[in-house]
Amino acid sequence: MNELAHSSALSRWFNGNGWRQVIIATPYLWLFVFFFIPFLIIVWISLGKTAPTSPPFAFKPEFPWIYLEGYGRLFTDTLYVRAYFVSVYNAFIATFFCLLIGYPMALGLTRVSRSWRSFLLILVILPFWTSFLLRVYAWMGLMGSNSWFNKGLTGIWNTVAPQSWELTSIPMMNSNFAVILVMVYTYLPFMILPLYANLEKLDNSLNEAAMDLGSRPSQVFRDVTLPLSVPGIIAGGLLVFIPASGELVIPSLVGNAYDPMIGRVISDEFSSARDWPMAATVAVALLLLLVVPMMAYTHFEAKAQAGRENG
Amino acid sequence: MQQKHYFLKTCLFAGFAFFYIPILSMIVFSFNKSRLATVWGGFSTEWYWKLFANKQVINAAILSLEIALVSATIATILGTMAGIALARFRRFRGRTVFSGFVTAPLIMPEVITGISMLMLFILMGQYIGWPGKRGFTTVTIAHITFSLTFVTTIVQSRLSSMDISIEEAAMDLGSKPWQVLKDVTLPIIAPAIMSGWLLAFTISLDDVVITNFTTGPGATTLPILIWSKVKLGVTPDINALASIVIVIVGICVGIAGILMNRAEKRRERDIHLATAANE
Repeated sequence: MNELAHSSALSRWFNGNGWRQVIIATPYLWLFVFFFIPFLIIVWISLGKTAPTSPPFAFKPEFPWIYLEGYGRLFTDTLYVRAYFVSVYNAFIATFFCLLIGYPMALGLTRVSRSWRSFLLILVILPFWTSFLLRVYAWMGLMGSNSWFNKGLTGIWNTVAPQSWELTSIPMMNSNFAVILVMVYTYLPFMILPLYANLEKLDNSLNEAAMDLGSRPSQVFRDVTLPLSVPGIIAGGLLVFIPASGELVIPSLVGNAYDPMIGRVISDEFSSARDWPMAATVAVALLLLLVVPMMAYTHFEAKAQAGRENG
Repeated sequence: MQQKHYFLKTCLFAGFAFFYIPILSMIVFSFNKSRLATVWGGFSTEWYWKLFANKQVINAAILSLEIALVSATIATILGTMAGIALARFRRFRGRTVFSGFVTAPLIMPEVITGISMLMLFILMGQYIGWPGKRGFTTVTIAHITFSLTFVTTIVQSRLSSMDISIEEAAMDLGSKPWQVLKDVTLPIIAPAIMSGWLLAFTISLDDVVITNFTTGPGATTLPILIWSKVKLGVTPDINALASIVIVIVGICVGIAGILMNRAEKRRERDIHLATAANE
């Protein structure tokens, strides 16, 4: 009897506003504990100093209780300066090439017949769903000095280049070139998909109007299509740039130690050097590097979301 | 006016060649007899048989599937809740912070997510005694955390594009909010929830970086096993494993694509019929 009354009170509460609170609070609490608190921990540990204790960090015993040496080292130690520079450089070049390859592909997708289009879209999405690691691995096979790909390229090089520059194989693996190439390969779908979504919505009659008014196709592209696709370019560019600058797997597998990327430095500080505060400091530095692109992305996403709600 | 677009079509062709030549090359070399992974030595399927006999690989694959199933399911439940909260509850305390929590993991570099969760688990283990050791539970928690936001994004955008007057009609006819959610909203967004689950499942199955940080001894997922082998170089048995994974994913994506196409066509036809009936 008592239990029945209890359960009906519960269901009354639930039918009132309770279900709403449950729906909000459950994911909120989850993300608070497993996303926000870890983030605070990173910031907190970055203000400490490595110590032979467990956990391996300590804080200053007197005021101001924090160490800022880690942040100082970011600017003085060439390893970090270089990693910072190489990350931004690689991510930027990779984004540029993704745009250069992805734009004509996305535009091409909007120009093929409908039945072909859904098939080709699946072909773009397929690598995107296929294991990231395996796609990196596929290039390791191609770039190795004994592979048919490398031998073919070497053959072309040897016929084109003067005799004295002849090579037995092209040293592609473990280079910064390899990192950029594989990043372009793995992140290309991130560029094509938002660009395609943007270009597909463009009104084709604008193109036709410009053509009718005497524009050449190149002018139509420059004056109509390109300016209208800027939101797609920004979305795709950010979707490539942000993960590329924090990349860990690609530089670890095909990169070299002279051109470290910041993701690899964080991982090495943590796992090999067991220097938690320095790993946390470099992580905070990476976040600071990404804060502008991330906020830009959130801003554009919110705008697109608002557009979907109104339209 | 129909143009031929030769240039764009050539670009498409070259782009797809760029996408697929490395993968095809890898599949071809998985049938290579030679122990040298990149020099052709004749046709053979021996690497596949060796792979199926390898208990380590099979166990890792099973563990990966288990983690993916559990984490995708919980992530879908939590992510759908968050999506409904963001799309339907216009005002509640902490809404801005909440939407920030939902978008941030999407764009947070994986290294940082991984390390910060590992630090959390170590500190929790030290101060409150849980989790005692890292493994299945910690990896699953990490996967839920970063895949739930993908589900939220999908569900939220489906809800925003959905006709809200259906919900209002149900309310006017006397349904309680909870009943509206259960009988009207959830069935309509079911396809979005399904694709969210699939995405969460794939993300979990594929993840290397975050798993690498949050896993412990004895809990080796398939990507972690591949990662540790690949670091040592290209080998024919990894070629075989990669080919199997890619062919399975290819078939699944192909089927999903066909099903989605068909559902879309049916929906268009239904809408067409409904408007025709109204006239």
